Amino acid sequence: MSDDIRGLTARLAEEPSSLAFLELGEALRRRGQLEAAYKVARGGLSRYPDLADAHDLLAHILGDQGDLAGAFDAWVEALRVDPMRTSALKGIGFLYFRAGDVAAAREHLQRAADIDPDDAAITQALARMSEAGRARASASPAGQGIPVVAPQEAAAEASGDNTEHGLLLVDGNGLRLSGHLRSGSLGDVGDRVAAELAGVSKEASRTTRLLGLGTWQTIAVESPEANLFLLAPTPDTVLLTIRETSLPMARLGLIAERAARDARAWLGHQE
Amino acid sequence: MSPANAALVRVTQVPGVRGSLLISATDGLVVAERLMDGIDGRAVAALAASLVQRLSRAAIGAGMRIPTFVHLRGNEGSVLAAPGQNDLVLVALTGLDANLGLARLEMLDAVGRLN
Repeated sequence: MSDDIRGLTARLAEEPSSLAFLELGEALRRRGQLEAAYKVARGGLSRYPDLADAHDLLAHILGDQGDLAGAFDAWVEALRVDPMRTSALKGIGFLYFRAGDVAAAREHLQRAADIDPDDAAITQALARMSEAGRARASASPAGQGIPVVAPQEAAAEASGDNTEHGLLLVDGNGLRLSGHLRSGSLGDVGDRVAAELAGVSKEASRTTRLLGLGTWQTIAVESPEANLFLLAPTPDTVLLTIRETSLPMARLGLIAERAARDARAWLGHQE
Repeated sequence: MSPANAALVRVTQVPGVRGSLLISATDGLVVAERLMDGIDGRAVAALAASLVQRLSRAAIGAGMRIPTFVHLRGNEGSVLAAPGQNDLVLVALTGLDANLGLARLEMLDAVGRLN
């Protein structure tokens, strides 16, 4: 154990309520002791659940551990506490970029740049993203599946290993509340799909009720191009989550459940 | 035994499956059925066909082809549907304790054989 870690550990043991856990967690993370870093960060968060620094630390640790969805959630929490937190905006931007959603990535980085225009790293990242976006656009064949789909408001899960994904929140009248859906050949198809989804929800309710299956909970749909998962975050809304077929349906269900929680929170803020 | 009935037998042998039907997707009519007592095959066929059609329209609207498998989960059981070629859809009704993974595999295999 290095001296700095030993010193910080002792300091935290003497005064468990101190903020030394932030330094200790970061020091452990930098040394690659991720499990220990995770425990320290979690312990700190239990004392300081509204400390953006703690959520930011946890996000970095989870990102290093490969839990990109967890990192995304932690950065979303950091932003909830501190909407001006550029490190969280940068982190989320990076995750969106990895997930293939260049537009959402750029939006988050641009917000970070607006808050801190002197941060050269953000400017450089935006420039690199523009280059990469142009390269992707020229390499992407038109008319194949659903290239890039993502919500702007409802927090999306960024699993990192998917390039085809989408999220669409629809009200009971078939109108889009949030999210985007694009098809290579058809462009933005969000409104068209939203209109169909209102009917799907009613049909599902009718089917489960009349067949004695209770209340409808979810609909999982496999198609050759993508897997779709539908659920109702609230009685009056439907959430569609789309991922590539390589993602197991059960995992897509977990992603959709998480997105539904975010959607519920988002809907609550709109009221 | 006809291929349709053979498919239904295989699906209904999966634990937790209450019955299965082969239906016409466009008009929601029963082609063949193997159901537990008390289950109205005509209602299942009509409702499942309508749901699959709706989902197919949503998928086509999103630029995709028609679904290959649909799972509607209620809090007391599920409806599974595997659309095949020639307008046919293999449908199964399950309880909460059903082995859904096995039912899905059997249905996809069965509908593939019917094609």
